[in-house]
Amino acid sequence: MSSNIKMTNEEYSDYVDSKAKKSPIFKNFVLAFIVGGIICVIGQVICNISMYFGLDEKSAATVTSIVLIFLGAFLTAINVYWRIGKFAGAGSAVPITGFSNSIVAPAIEFKLDGYILGLGANMFKVAGPVLVYGVATSVGVGFIYWIIKMFFM
Amino acid sequence: MDMILEYICVFITGGIICLIGQFLIDKTKLTAARILVIFVVMGVILTAIGVYEPIVKFGKAGATVPISGFGYLLANGVKEAVDEMGFLGIFVGGVKACSAGIAAAITFGFLASLCSKPTIK
Repeated sequence: MSSNIKMTNEEYSDYVDSKAKKSPIFKNFVLAFIVGGIICVIGQVICNISMYFGLDEKSAATVTSIVLIFLGAFLTAINVYWRIGKFAGAGSAVPITGFSNSIVAPAIEFKLDGYILGLGANMFKVAGPVLVYGVATSVGVGFIYWIIKMFFM
Repeated sequence: MDMILEYICVFITGGIICLIGQFLIDKTKLTAARILVIFVVMGVILTAIGVYEPIVKFGKAGATVPISGFGYLLANGVKEAVDEMGFLGIFVGGVKACSAGIAAAITFGFLASLCSKPTIK
């Protein structure tokens, strides 16, 4: 018993690792693949239906993301999305429904802190960084493209 | 038959992109938020260097529905806007291209969180 108490940090983390349940990595991969694939197929179905009703490709893609964002928010609000996320992992986090979920989940969680600094501020806890880095990178890309176009084209 | 083939391509492409995300979560202990940021940034860069476009041609919604498709929209939008407006396009293009997604996410996100109560998990 006394030897256990004298464990170093490394020994302790090894000990914890040996006791912790090994996460079934292969199963996680298969589930992420299947769930992610299914969400994308649902997106393609929405896209095909909108094109069937006469929308062009670009508008159909826009309609698809709007509908999927709605579904993600709705499923989060009725407490279903995190159940999917529990077994699907990245399969439900990476599609745009997961982006929507990442907006709604913290907003609900911090609702009690008030509507402005609770709900309003926490909506962008995860979506904020995504927008910051996404938009910043796109501005960088645009700047490089503008220079290349000016001097080499 | 074409339709079935199309859906198979969509399924495989979307599945693989999510699989990469799961791989990063399991192997590098990155949090989901970091994965989302990495995917968007990669989407922008891969589109800019012309790698993502063929993936979208092959996988359609399989490549545009994952969050990297958001980066694809940003990069394509900024490129089109620079062609159209020159320097100003650098700042206009990206957000303009995904404005519908952002507005929808804010609106539906706001309504959804208004309508539900916090629960203890």
